[in-house]
Amino acid sequence: MSRIAEKFQALKKVERKALIPYITAGDPDLAITEQLIIKMAECGADIIELGVPFSDPMADGPVIQRATERALTKGIKLVNILDLVGRVRKVSQIPIVLFSYFNPLLQFGLENLAKKAKEVGIDAILVTDLSPEESENFLNILKKHNLDMIFLLAPTSSDERMAKVAKLASGFIYAVSRTGITGMQQKLSDTVKPLVSRIRNHTNLPIAVGFGISNREQVKEVCYYADGAVVGSRIVAEIEVSRDQSELVEKIGNLVKELSS
Amino acid sequence: MENLKEPQESLDTVDDTISWPDSRGHFGDYGGCYVPEILMYPLEELIAAYKEARQDQGFINELKSLLKNYVGRPTPLFFASRLTEYVGGAKIYLKREDLNHTGAHKINNALGQILLAQRMGKKRIIAETGAGQHGVATATVCALMNTECRIYMGTEDMRRQALNVFRMKLLGAEVVGVDSGSRTLKDAINEALRDWVTNINTTYYLLGSALGPHPYPQMVRDFQAIIGQEARSQILELEGVLPNLLIACVGGGSNAIGLFYEFLKDSNVEIVGVEAGGRGQTLGEHAARFHSAGGGRPGVLQGTFSYILQDSDGQIASTHSVSAGLDYPAIGPEHAYLHDTERVSYVSASDNEALEAFQLLAKLEGILPALESSHAVAYGLKAAAKLSKDKVVIVNLSGRGDKDVHTVADVLGVSL
Repeated sequence: MSRIAEKFQALKKVERKALIPYITAGDPDLAITEQLIIKMAECGADIIELGVPFSDPMADGPVIQRATERALTKGIKLVNILDLVGRVRKVSQIPIVLFSYFNPLLQFGLENLAKKAKEVGIDAILVTDLSPEESENFLNILKKHNLDMIFLLAPTSSDERMAKVAKLASGFIYAVSRTGITGMQQKLSDTVKPLVSRIRNHTNLPIAVGFGISNREQVKEVCYYADGAVVGSRIVAEIEVSRDQSELVEKIGNLVKELSS
Repeated sequence: MENLKEPQESLDTVDDTISWPDSRGHFGDYGGCYVPEILMYPLEELIAAYKEARQDQGFINELKSLLKNYVGRPTPLFFASRLTEYVGGAKIYLKREDLNHTGAHKINNALGQILLAQRMGKKRIIAETGAGQHGVATATVCALMNTECRIYMGTEDMRRQALNVFRMKLLGAEVVGVDSGSRTLKDAINEALRDWVTNINTTYYLLGSALGPHPYPQMVRDFQAIIGQEARSQILELEGVLPNLLIACVGGGSNAIGLFYEFLKDSNVEIVGVEAGGRGQTLGEHAARFHSAGGGRPGVLQGTFSYILQDSDGQIASTHSVSAGLDYPAIGPEHAYLHDTERVSYVSASDNEALEAFQLLAKLEGILPALESSHAVAYGLKAAAKLSKDKVVIVNLSGRGDKDVHTVADVLGVSL
């Protein structure tokens, strides 16, 4: 059983849901990313989504765009991120999802990437701009290396698409709470709950909700009907604000504690 | 030129003679739909609406009527006799897309898509623009159709195309400057996509080149194919033979595929696309996507799989061209396919060559070409010189150069 499946099973036993923080690798630098992952795991994060910076993040709002720019200014490469996961694995077994746009993966070489990802201890890959229609080749490669591919479903996805994605997906399904780009919002969209129940009709996989979840109340709300909540821009915004402070890692740890309580 | 083909045929013959793209928008390995899940819904809606529209006689008739009475088609195929004499080789014909209403080929596609948006009941139009010609064309058709219009434009492009920015505003469009990345066309497309993904129910994304996810590369090509259809019948009437060589500049590639498409099946017609060679061979100094030593190789950007200028880690490179309309790191997927199958050759012309061609055409023929089109003219001069006088070359003059007068003055050190 994969680390992700084990994690959701373990959480189910104790009647808890998954908190899934997202951070961009290399923001503000790789050493701190490493510390952040370990700290977040200690403070109640259940799975980590680790973003690969890309020059043209068309699905992201300003907060994650800026994080990406900061990481790229540091010259962060995919190979550095893989090595980083290898180092984290010596101290933490928290499941890690590599979160990326397709081109950096494609240029690395998909077969090579899958092999290396498995070696260093990545559990799953989510590709923002790889539609199920175009995913067959990469999906087969990931399967061969026993890696999960995380797919997204949105309020605009038809039942037909949901059925198709349910057949391809493993690990968990990422339910996008609303149309739009990544970013924080005051109030969760009314579409989230019906979205989760529509997806539930097609799959027994865990369903995690993301996009716009930025405080403890929203995490709680989502976890009434879903199996997990992804928090991205809120954490990345906090990293942006505190990135020059020595207590950055501590602060993010406290934020994750608060979100998971 | 009454032997212009009916648009009925123009939208439908396409499928009879050419077997690409497939139903999911693939040109060989290229093209496709590489987008976040949220965008699959509006794209599928668009695919269905376009499929229906291209077979609807009412839609075709309305487009045909507007192309004739509003745009002024057909555009002339002009024999450039002084240029021909100057070069001393093949006869050079210019397909005068610069004489279209709004001054470039962009309006052919903008009109087709605004009619489609209306059929789909979309009340709000967004578009990206590089040189500003597509922005102007979109703002124009939105004024004509009384539709809300927002144009995204990189702030670097706004600076070099200030005249077009003001034209768009006069036409009632809102122009939104994009300050991220290289502040050019690529970044304007990112921002337009972000808008679209946020407002999919109300908004139609009127993409301006043969780029992006399916169905755009096919749809834009179909709306631009009229250029080649006209040129083919015009040259047969004027010369009685097919041309030996076709030349067009290639940014995203819509004017080029528009000219080329009708001739692809004519295997004895040589076809050349001209990319922006910029000011050097190294990555960042040019926009020649097929220049492999300069960083061009297949990858995925903005919804499609094609040749892209990128670094070894798959980060998209910055590009340079004196012409804003060619200053883009990816090329339309059909061009990638035509490149790999060797049906079309791709070359590049430098900033300086384009600037020289610009001035030469002005002095010899009294035509100020767009700096984009000047790249095609520059290669046309070289190619025609190597051909004998009985040969025929058609150069697509995709737009007029009034918008570029400030840029040219700057480069020449003239203060206006």
